Amino acid sequence: MTEPMKIRVTLQGDVADVRVLMAHPMETGQRKDAAGKIVPLHFIQTISAQLNGKTVFNADVSQAVSRNPVFAFKVKGAKTGDKVVITWTDNKGEKRTDETVVRAAGS
Amino acid sequence: MRVALVVGLVAAVPWLQAAAQSVDPTAAEFDKFRAVLEKDNPAELFEAKGEHLWRTPGGPKKASLEKCDLGLGPGMVKGAYAQMPRYFADVDRVMDAEARIVHCMISLQGFSYAELAKAPFSNEVRTPDPVSLVAYVAGQSRGEKLAPGRSHPKELAAYNNGKAVFFYRAGSFDFSCASCHGVDNQRIRTQPLPNFTKPDQALAAVQGWPGYRMTGGVVHSLQWRLNDCFRQQRFPRPEYASETLSALMTYLTVNASGQVYKGPGIKR
Repeated sequence: MTEPMKIRVTLQGDVADVRVLMAHPMETGQRKDAAGKIVPLHFIQTISAQLNGKTVFNADVSQAVSRNPVFAFKVKGAKTGDKVVITWTDNKGEKRTDETVVRAAGS
Repeated sequence: MRVALVVGLVAAVPWLQAAAQSVDPTAAEFDKFRAVLEKDNPAELFEAKGEHLWRTPGGPKKASLEKCDLGLGPGMVKGAYAQMPRYFADVDRVMDAEARIVHCMISLQGFSYAELAKAPFSNEVRTPDPVSLVAYVAGQSRGEKLAPGRSHPKELAAYNNGKAVFFYRAGSFDFSCASCHGVDNQRIRTQPLPNFTKPDQALAAVQGWPGYRMTGGVVHSLQWRLNDCFRQQRFPRPEYASETLSALMTYLTVNASGQVYKGPGIKR
């Protein structure tokens, strides 16, 4: 089961500063549990971001990223009311999509 | 020679001013790191989880916690954390936030204390519900001034008991909380230790936990932290959500009162 992301967007002019918190164990496949058995690899593999339905980027992510990662980027040409959609998929085929609406600066 | 001396003095002054907070460069670097991460503290993920738990019917009685009284009336969460620990007439004792949440889970949702106290602390694979809930409740007091109860006779008694626990020396190391946290400018390895008897440094006791610990990526509560202090002192394990821990939290929070609470912390 996946848990919701936390997406925060702040608008500076026409640049949206998007910061995303993702809940994910991000297991490296190197760690051992209390019984000494290796905890299997489990990590986010791809992240994609859309602004009003248009993909602004796709990212390939490795298991070197920390647990519950923070992901931040800036998009030009954003305005109040725009929809930001973030999707991640992991190596177990799990997928999570969350969205938010760009609000006016200072609100 | 004279020039060198003047330079030495000038350089020493800011160092002295900074001495109360973090002297060593490792800590200073970590403070920078923390300042960046405070904006995107993964503890918020646990706050969201806690909020969901708060609103969702659960437990044997299939009830939500929305009728839980955190001191400002049933269901009032905003700002409640900053005013705890406080006296609760229904149980006739002082309770800290987590103890109160546990009380509500027992009285409203029908959980048993034994069940909740069995494994009350977080690890890498499991975050107990009271920990997520306390993160949520704490997050709802972001930016509020700390104003724990300090007028009711039981609140005053809790402060005095907490102070007694803080200074109580015992165990195989003849340790007290004050051995580490009652003196200025102490450290363990590279970790500077705040002096909780001073108001500005006592804030560190309240601000850190509940908080996100980057080692392991887990959220821990203040109950866990104080439990760990007892372990480090080689004391018997304190009872989860007990009056003793509420008293110790009362002492620490009253020392820090009047200062602004920034919400769940972030720790290395």
